[in-house]
Amino acid sequence: MKIAITTSGKDLDAPVDPRFGRAKSFVIYDTESDQWSVLDNAQNLNAAQGAGIQAATAVVKAGAEAVLTGNCGPKAFRALSAGRVKVYAGVSGTVREAVEKFLSGTLRPAAQASVGEHAGMGL
Amino acid sequence: MRTRLKIAVASSKGGTGKTTVATSLALALADAGSVEFLDCDVEEPNAHLFLKPTIERREAVELPVPQVDEAKCTLCGRCAEVCQFKAIAVLKDTVLPFPELCHGCTGCWVLCPEQAISPAGREIGAVESGRAGRIGFHHGWLRIGEAMSPPLIRAVKRQARQADFTVLDAPPGTSCPVVESVKDADVVVLVTEPTPFGLNDLELAADMVAALDRPAAVVINRAGIGNGRVSDFCRSRGLPLLLEVPFDRRIAEAYSRGEPLVAAFPEYLPKFAELCRSLQEMARR
Repeated sequence: MKIAITTSGKDLDAPVDPRFGRAKSFVIYDTESDQWSVLDNAQNLNAAQGAGIQAATAVVKAGAEAVLTGNCGPKAFRALSAGRVKVYAGVSGTVREAVEKFLSGTLRPAAQASVGEHAGMGL
Repeated sequence: MRTRLKIAVASSKGGTGKTTVATSLALALADAGSVEFLDCDVEEPNAHLFLKPTIERREAVELPVPQVDEAKCTLCGRCAEVCQFKAIAVLKDTVLPFPELCHGCTGCWVLCPEQAISPAGREIGAVESGRAGRIGFHHGWLRIGEAMSPPLIRAVKRQARQADFTVLDAPPGTSCPVVESVKDADVVVLVTEPTPFGLNDLELAADMVAALDRPAAVVINRAGIGNGRVSDFCRSRGLPLLLEVPFDRRIAEAYSRGEPLVAAFPEYLPKFAELCRSLQEMARR
């Protein structure tokens, strides 16, 4: 399966971006082949509104079935749920560490948004 | 004298005296003809505290938002593509509207090639109308938690009947709700105070009305505090400074009791009448 990890860099050693909608980019990681690619999210970084919805649309289009991130707001969570993408919030460290934690099965999917509206706008 | 005149009272800074000026303007105009008063600050209406209208009707205001018929939808994505506000998303095998982000522009249901989207009403607030003596009074109440005020401001404006004078009390700031309130006014009164804060915000407001190509004049409230830079700015921008209301404890006390300036201090009536005449002159030019 493919998983999307929010990051402020563009490789596996970059840190996990704590924001979802306004993350700099996503690493799309294929757990079967261990291949990965970077999905740019710059257009949403400064969006006036709907950054989380747009980011969720992009992640769903990329075929990801899970998102690893720091926090995820209510609209992004609704959109990801509609696209049947599981959200794993509270993830930190590097992208590589996040993938390892995911593969080890220690992460639990969130049942709801981890932060309120617009939490990513002040960061 | 019987020219129809629409005056908007605005200020980029909150608490400068918009309502003080707008209510006194309306009361002064009531001697010269019929007046309709529109409190367009639907997020925090307060003109009723001064004009004390008798409310005769209340009407809920709805915004049309998309409703998707999944049976007709082919997931083509046209709706999400045309939406400038990211208020509808196509996700895998479903379409998800976000009504709270929708501005009701009609784009998605007009352009859906399958006619799978139809408008549904979402209540954003209410308008109330009544009379305050000779003045027709209208204001709106935005539902708490709601962010979409321009459609409600439009609804308040629709309530106004034909009158010799229409006075619009705009919300503070320079963003969409203010633009909606002042864009079709014949003349805009910018209320400010003679402080660096007042000046900074007056500059923003002056740029906004210039962009809307509306003639504007300035009223200084709390004159006597601060410095002379607001007057300098008005001169440099060719903005007529039509009235100064002094910083006076008695005026603040009357305000705190909900008494309009011209009611508490009738000596201001001729000053506001003069302000009206000047505004009428400006609008005619």
